[in-house]
Amino acid sequence: MTMRQTRYLVVGSSHAAIEAVSAIRMHDAEGSLTVATRDRHLPYSPTVLPYVVSGRSSSAQVLLRDAAYFAERNIDYRQGQALVAVRPTEHVAQLDGAAGGELRYEKLLLATGASPIVPPIPGIEKVEYHVLRTLDDAVGLNRAIGTARRAVVLGAGLVGMHAAENLAKAGANVTIVEMADQLCAGYFDRTAATLIEKAFTDHGATIRTGRRVVGLAPSGHGAILTLDNGDSLEADLLLVATGVRPELGYLANSGILADKGILVDDSMQTNVADVWAAGDCAQARSFYSDAKVMNAILPDAAEQGRIAGMAMAGDPGLRRYPGGVPLNTYHFFGRHAISVGNSRQPEHAQVETRFDEKTGRYLRACFLDGRLVCIHGVNEFFDGGVMAQLILRRVDLDPVRERFVAKPMVVGRELMSQLWR
Amino acid sequence: MGRAYNTIAFDAAKCDGCGDCMRACARAKTGGEDVARSRIQIAAGSTGFELALCRQCGDPRCVAVCPAGALAKDGQSGIIGWDAGKCVDCLLCTLGCAYAGIALDEATGRVAKCDTCEGSPACVPACPHGALKHHTTARIYNEVGDWEDLFAPGLAGCQGCNTELLMRHTLRRVGPDTVLATPPGCVPGMGSVGYNGMAGTKVPVFHPLLTNTAAMLAGVKRQFNRAGRKVTALAIAGDGGASDAGFQSLSGAAERGEQILFMVVDNEGYMNTGMQRSSATPYGAWTSTTPVGRESKGKTQDAKNLPLLMVNHRCAYVATASTAYMDDLYDKLDRAIVAAETGFAYLHVYSPCTTGWRFPTDQNMEVARKAVETNFVMLWEYTPEQGLHLSRSVDDPLPVTDYLKVMGRFRHLSPEQVQHIQAKVEENRAFVQQISQQSQAPREPSRFAGHGGDYGKGDAPRS
Ligand SMILES: Cc1cc2nc3c(=O)[nH]c(=O)nc-3n(C[C@H](O)[C@H](O)[C@H](O)COP(=O)(O)OP(=O)(O)OC[C@H]3O[C@@H](n4cnc5c(N)ncnc54)[C@H](O)[C@@H]3O)c2cc1C
Ligand code: SF4
Ligand code: SF4
Repeated sequence: MTMRQTRYLVVGSSHAAIEAVSAIRMHDAEGSLTVATRDRHLPYSPTVLPYVVSGRSSSAQVLLRDAAYFAERNIDYRQGQALVAVRPTEHVAQLDGAAGGELRYEKLLLATGASPIVPPIPGIEKVEYHVLRTLDDAVGLNRAIGTARRAVVLGAGLVGMHAAENLAKAGANVTIVEMADQLCAGYFDRTAATLIEKAFTDHGATIRTGRRVVGLAPSGHGAILTLDNGDSLEADLLLVATGVRPELGYLANSGILADKGILVDDSMQTNVADVWAAGDCAQARSFYSDAKVMNAILPDAAEQGRIAGMAMAGDPGLRRYPGGVPLNTYHFFGRHAISVGNSRQPEHAQVETRFDEKTGRYLRACFLDGRLVCIHGVNEFFDGGVMAQLILRRVDLDPVRERFVAKPMVVGRELMSQLWR
Repeated sequence: MGRAYNTIAFDAAKCDGCGDCMRACARAKTGGEDVARSRIQIAAGSTGFELALCRQCGDPRCVAVCPAGALAKDGQSGIIGWDAGKCVDCLLCTLGCAYAGIALDEATGRVAKCDTCEGSPACVPACPHGALKHHTTARIYNEVGDWEDLFAPGLAGCQGCNTELLMRHTLRRVGPDTVLATPPGCVPGMGSVGYNGMAGTKVPVFHPLLTNTAAMLAGVKRQFNRAGRKVTALAIAGDGGASDAGFQSLSGAAERGEQILFMVVDNEGYMNTGMQRSSATPYGAWTSTTPVGRESKGKTQDAKNLPLLMVNHRCAYVATASTAYMDDLYDKLDRAIVAAETGFAYLHVYSPCTTGWRFPTDQNMEVARKAVETNFVMLWEYTPEQGLHLSRSVDDPLPVTDYLKVMGRFRHLSPEQVQHIQAKVEENRAFVQQISQQSQAPREPSRFAGHGGDYGKGDAPRS
């Protein structure tokens, strides 16, 4: 039997994958295109899952593409078929699942994202816990929060915080345990974190930063946790949200280089011919240095996926990856926080902050040689996309700096309109 | 196939920051007057007024980063629509958009963006200075794109020439039941008469002399009438063929009311044969027969105003048009086609010539637009019943130098020559305005200019 063939093989079905697919089809309407994903659903975003957990969105409502999308574009969408091995010299990918098997590709994109890290806490294998990355996880968690009375969330990153908010709103008694000494450390500084923390404690949640869980044991309704200071906590619902890491088992013996993630150049190509990688599984250049970093956020996954797709299809409109800039928005208890740019401030950077106790508006902007390095706000809206451009274009803000810090939204728009409208 | 979409355009030079557009938007979208909630945002910048408004992108980044599938481009209207039911208020779209096109409405805690008010934006007619326009030309391209192209593929024209646009669009519009006359000039030069024994069009085409185009076409049309066949008799002639050697037969056909649609592609000279002057060449312009040197400084006479001469024939229809204003041109072409069923219809299209006027090949539309914006040429139409009506306000024009400086043929002008041209523009305007003021009958609404369109409120004819 001859092996099945496809011109393009895209592995994964989330942001990086679907952006690559649309970029490929934009330039090459005909070349055979296969999407193979481990997931058993049509594409959806992990980012929307907190809202499936809370019940605000139904799982049918959050799908980003329908079957007709793939049919109309002549794309073979295979769900439940995980990539298990790649043999780049032969251009062969091995998929598992009943209908899997070997597939010969001309161009391959690895967009397999990341999976939750489960920390090696003694006893963890004996207790029941949840993670949140897939739609099935979310549906399971949605069922569990209805009956949870005492919930513990491990990890105060955005995933953990979102889930904790849902649990608090559903009426559970929630404790968040975080190893670092502040929450959301990757995105916000201490003042912002304190504001976020206050919103949580106002809603009855307990936050224990600077604490580690050192032991887990099953109890009648769930688990008993032991903290590093000897305290113990009881949980009838335990959520592990201590971070993510790509699962790269399929790379074994492939010759494709990886560090924390798959190493890629500025067109998302790996060290191996005809293989690209994008999104949370890729490790690409940072905007701030030549180091390759993990920038596991949605906008970057979409951007990288698009670049990879254009490169694979040979689209001459391709523009090289400018390097990753951390970007995030966070909506909590009706308030919002926005974070654009590197949260670690470089040496010699000038930092400007302002805080209004009455309104709870907080702003922190950081400049280096007149250029914006990062800007964070709580309850202070500005256009994050415009700020990201100011950083990427290295716009000199010295002449307008005072006004900018006072009114970032207005001055940002003004600069946008002058410089790139 | 791709589609063209309507867009809202902003002319910062005309904006004085009054904020009427924002109030209109706030009223339409929120029922209140709070301009902070307007989807269009105008701000005073250091050098003028700045705009933040969704561009309804072709490749929208807001859509790509929305995790909830709440944003999508509508294939028909081109609008990026927001689905309130799907949106989870995460604000990620505001990180994706580089134009501040979608932003937080603090009053609702949700994002808000412009949806062009279902095709008739409230902000556009609210602007008292005409700084906002709703360009509705896209409808033409979508509609015309479905009609058969009756011109041969591939042309021998100069790069950047707009005559191809005119020929293809006009033939598509008049349709296959047409006989076409193309006297010597750029149109046959581009290939209408064909080569190797093959015609360059999919309709019968012939190549009369410069002198007898209208006469021959009149005879052909009469013969079709006699045979009981309904065809459009169409001439596409240059200004040389119409206003110089061809004028006698043109004037005669117009006077007899022959059922002809006579289109003049006015590039202000004999460009096809080496850029000699014609009677339509403007004062001061360089041509190969009005050279620039120690003595000669370009043409020393003013151009003949052929369309006004045609008005004096009391033709069934006379109009001037420009490819920079396609919806207007289309509108006029439609009326000319109808008029040519019973009488003589004359359509004069100003057509910048990249080679003969000496400007970069990507600037044709810009040059055409500047000619209109400075009143160097004026867009109007005339019927004996309704008189002459301006299609576009001629008040507040740009200085004529804005037009003169965009091309090489005027580069040598002395201040006195520029003054002469400016004075001539003023005189022309006064003359045409005077005729238009005597014409009180209202003009029918145009077919393509929808509500708030280019020819909508701010730009209405002042009759
Ligand atoms: C709860 C939660 C909240 C988040 N909130 C935000 C936020 O507010 N802002 C933000 O920027 N980011 C957020 N993120 C992160 C964001 O969702 C990711 O950065 C983004 O989804 C990365 O997209 P991706 O396509 O690279 O990978 P993923 O979304 O991880 O998708 C990977 C895809 O590959 C498939 N796959 C995996 N392994 C295989 C295999 N071996 N073979 C075949 N297919 C495979 C998976 O099924 C999946 O379809 C959040 C994530 C979570 C979980
Ligand atoms: S909101 Fe921004 S990205 Fe989205 S269509 Fe409008 S301008 Fe483009
Ligand atoms: S705020 Fe709404 S529209 Fe914007 S990205 Fe989030 S879900 Fe999509």
